[in-house]
Amino acid sequence: MRGMTLIVKCITQLMAPSILVLGIYVVFHGHLTPGGGFAGGVLMAGSFVLLILAYGSDKVKSDSFKNRASLLESLGIFLFLFIAIMGFLQGSFFKNVFNEWLPGESGELWSAGIIPLCNIAIGVEVAAALFAIFITLAVLKFGEKL
Amino acid sequence: MLTSLILLIVLMIFGAIIALESKDLLSGIISLGIVGFALTIIFLLLHAPDLAIVQIIIETLTLVILIAAVLKTTRKDTSEEFGLQKVLLWGACICFAGVFMWKFLTILNHLPPFGSPELRMSLAYLNGTAQTGAMNLVAAVILDFRAYDTLGEATVLFTSVAGIIAVLRKVGRKT
Repeated sequence: MRGMTLIVKCITQLMAPSILVLGIYVVFHGHLTPGGGFAGGVLMAGSFVLLILAYGSDKVKSDSFKNRASLLESLGIFLFLFIAIMGFLQGSFFKNVFNEWLPGESGELWSAGIIPLCNIAIGVEVAAALFAIFITLAVLKFGEKL
Repeated sequence: MLTSLILLIVLMIFGAIIALESKDLLSGIISLGIVGFALTIIFLLLHAPDLAIVQIIIETLTLVILIAAVLKTTRKDTSEEFGLQKVLLWGACICFAGVFMWKFLTILNHLPPFGSPELRMSLAYLNGTAQTGAMNLVAAVILDFRAYDTLGEATVLFTSVAGIIAVLRKVGRKT
C-alpha cells in the first residue's frame, strides 16, 4: 500500500496524536463519561491505522509490528483475567476489592475500584486486536510470512 | 421521533438489500456503511450515548479495513450459484425462517407484557452509583454487576484475532 499526497500527510501529522490522546482520555474516564475501554481502544487503533494509510505500509511489513500487537493483546486480556481472579482475595470472582482498600470520592478520577483498571485492560486489548486485524487483512499479502 | 425512526429503519433495510445484491464489492461495502451509520443515529435518538460512540467508531474502522482489503484484492463479486444449489439454499432459508417464527410466537406468549420487566436485578442496578462509586451507570453495570459477560466478550475478540492470524499464516501451512 502506497502513501498518500503531501496534504494528507500534513493533516495526518496534526490529527493522529489528537486522536490517540482522545482515545486515552476516553479509556481513563470510562467510569465518569460515556465511552469506556472498548470505544477508547478502537480510537487508539484508529490513530495507528490513519498513520499507516497516510504514510504507506513499507515500514510495517516486518515481523516485529505484528508480534508486538499480539503480545499487547494477550497482555490486555491477561490483565483483565488477573483483575477478575484478584477478587478471590475477598471471596468471589470479580469482587470489587479496591473499593474497600482505597475508596475514592465518587466522581473523581480515582474511584469505583476495579472499574477503571478493567477499562484500561480492555482498551489495551481492543486497540492491539484491531491493529493486528488491520495489519493481517489489509497490509500483508495472503500467505506472507507473519 | 417515531417517524424519523421508521424512516431510518427503512433506509437501513434498503442499504442492507443493496449490500447483499450488489455485484460491485466496493459499493456493497458503502451500502453496509449506510446500515451502521443509520444505527448510530437511532442510538442517539434513543438516548444511548455509550452505544452510539462505540457504534460510530467501530463502523468507521470496519469500513476502512474492508475498503483497504477490497482495494488490495478484487472489486468483483465472483461467487456463482448453480440452479439446484440456489433452490436448496432458498428452501433451507424459508424452512428455517418458518420454524423460527413458529417457535418465536410460542415463546412470545410466555414473556411478560411490554413495559413491565420481571428482571429483579434491575432494581439493584438503579442504586449502582452508590454501590460501586462509578458515575457512569453503564460502566458500573458492564464492569461490576455483569463483568463476567464482559470477560466473555473480550475472549471472543481475542479468539477471533487468533483465528484470523492462524488462517492467514504461512508458517506450517501446506501449499
